[in-house]
Amino acid sequence: MKLSREEVEHIAELAKVGLTDEEKTLFQEQLSAILEYAEMLQEIDTTAIPPTATVLPLRNVMRPDEVRPSLPREDVLANAPQSEDGYFRVKAILE
Amino acid sequence: MKLHELTIHQARSLLKSGEISALELTTAAIDRILQVDNEVKAYLTLTPEQALEQARQADARWDAGEDIPLLGIPLAIKDVICTEGIPTTCGSKILENFIPPYSATVIERLRAAGAVILGKTNTDEFAMGSSTENSAYFTTHNPWDLSRVPGGSSGGSAAAIAADECLGALGSDTGGSVRQPAALCGVVGIKPTYGRVSRYGLVAFASSLDQIGSFGKDVTDCALLLSVISGYDPRDSTSVNRPVPDYQAALLPDVRGMRLGVPREYFIEGMQPEVETAVRAAIDLLAEMGAEIVDISLPHTEHALPVYYIIAPAEASANLARYDGVKYGFSFPDATDVWDAYRKTRQYGFGAEVKRRIMLGTYALSAGYYDAYYLKAQQVRTLIKQDFDRAFELCDVIVCPTAPTTAFKIGEKADDPLQMYLSDVFTLSASLAGLPGLSLPCGFDGEGLPIGLQIMGQTFDEPTVLRVAYAYEQATDWHTRTPTL
Repeated sequence: MKLSREEVEHIAELAKVGLTDEEKTLFQEQLSAILEYAEMLQEIDTTAIPPTATVLPLRNVMRPDEVRPSLPREDVLANAPQSEDGYFRVKAILE
Repeated sequence: MKLHELTIHQARSLLKSGEISALELTTAAIDRILQVDNEVKAYLTLTPEQALEQARQADARWDAGEDIPLLGIPLAIKDVICTEGIPTTCGSKILENFIPPYSATVIERLRAAGAVILGKTNTDEFAMGSSTENSAYFTTHNPWDLSRVPGGSSGGSAAAIAADECLGALGSDTGGSVRQPAALCGVVGIKPTYGRVSRYGLVAFASSLDQIGSFGKDVTDCALLLSVISGYDPRDSTSVNRPVPDYQAALLPDVRGMRLGVPREYFIEGMQPEVETAVRAAIDLLAEMGAEIVDISLPHTEHALPVYYIIAPAEASANLARYDGVKYGFSFPDATDVWDAYRKTRQYGFGAEVKRRIMLGTYALSAGYYDAYYLKAQQVRTLIKQDFDRAFELCDVIVCPTAPTTAFKIGEKADDPLQMYLSDVFTLSASLAGLPGLSLPCGFDGEGLPIGLQIMGQTFDEPTVLRVAYAYEQATDWHTRTPTL
């Protein structure tokens, strides 16, 4: 499976990861090699084999909907690159 | 014997009898770090003042007659586990200034058991790697040969144990990140069953695989730490609510009648011959001790690597979406708009391997490729799990090599991701099947580098894994050898 440069750029955009031109070239080559290696999975017949998403027999673990104490707001905001009036400050999403 | 060379169980009896104090022990460990860590580089962050204060408190509690499992024992913590008030970087620039507002459950459990925390250890960025070379800060050096890697991703914790820079340590294992560095550094490391230890406060990499594990200088220490950190936690919905057995009681030097499975697929072309020789000799010794050796097959072993490198990056690409420069961590300062801010924050905040895996995972999950890659990998994961189910009808535990080679040179595999991934080829399957796996020393190669024996067990059967490891350890003296630093 050979990735094109356009595909590399498309994936980077989906993942919101900026890449330099050198990184695009390098990743195109390296990701192609890894995906080529992964081709061996296509040789296995997996008809009627259920997928394993988790090894646990657990499904939909629920807890009672009870109000519990949470971290103090100032503690949470202490790590924020930018905050204002008790909120996280972000770039404008709509002009 | 110098105090920093003690095992946890040795130190415990000396603390209990009053022959040494926790303050002396912690001071010795800190002095040892100051003496050797400029060469080993196991620690990212040191907390000596807090450690000495915890040691003083431990001494007061010993004096008051308290006796809890880790009272006054100095430990190291992999820097992917959140510690309240102490930086937790995950070896990444994107979390350089992150100070968690809470502690992981395992940290609370260690503290409740009286442990002293010396600092945070180096790791490949977000635990993605097998050598610590992907750390954004520096590479940890193997105490047995400083020109070699300690393995990874928990290489800092493994090296800190090997260099006597702590008495015990915690790591995390997603595809071998406790077992492989334990093998390469000649220490004992266990990855318990998925669900055995709470992951609340463990920074997420691949959620269906991540598990916290313990490192020790011997099997007894490793079991002791595992006892403290194991157990149900309602704050982790993947934590399993079942009683924790007495792991110390499992440590019996007797393997008579036990069936040890030896998978033929774990002795492959390209592995270092000395590793095969040492592991086969270990199996022969266990047979002499009365174990029954059973030839078994795990036919999908070679598929574990591609399955892992689709599933783990896919989950990572989702987990690492949270690093957006808004809530914590690095934020690109001069972005033109919100999208530019995301792209540049992640471009400059993440290192090459993390970007590579995010890209790989995003691709595997993207429209048109999901069935061919992600779904296919999950189906083959089922087959890998079924291989183990069948094998465990014939045997009680599986014994095999932990890694195909001993520690490799720093830089040797750094430019070839696929070659680096192959160093985890023997540890990935147990992770994908959620099984417990332990590595302990079983010899040295011609260069004097340690070789690891891996013991894999059935789901929640840590006691049998520990018992076989303990019996082998008691019959050998590999674990008593230490590097010269």
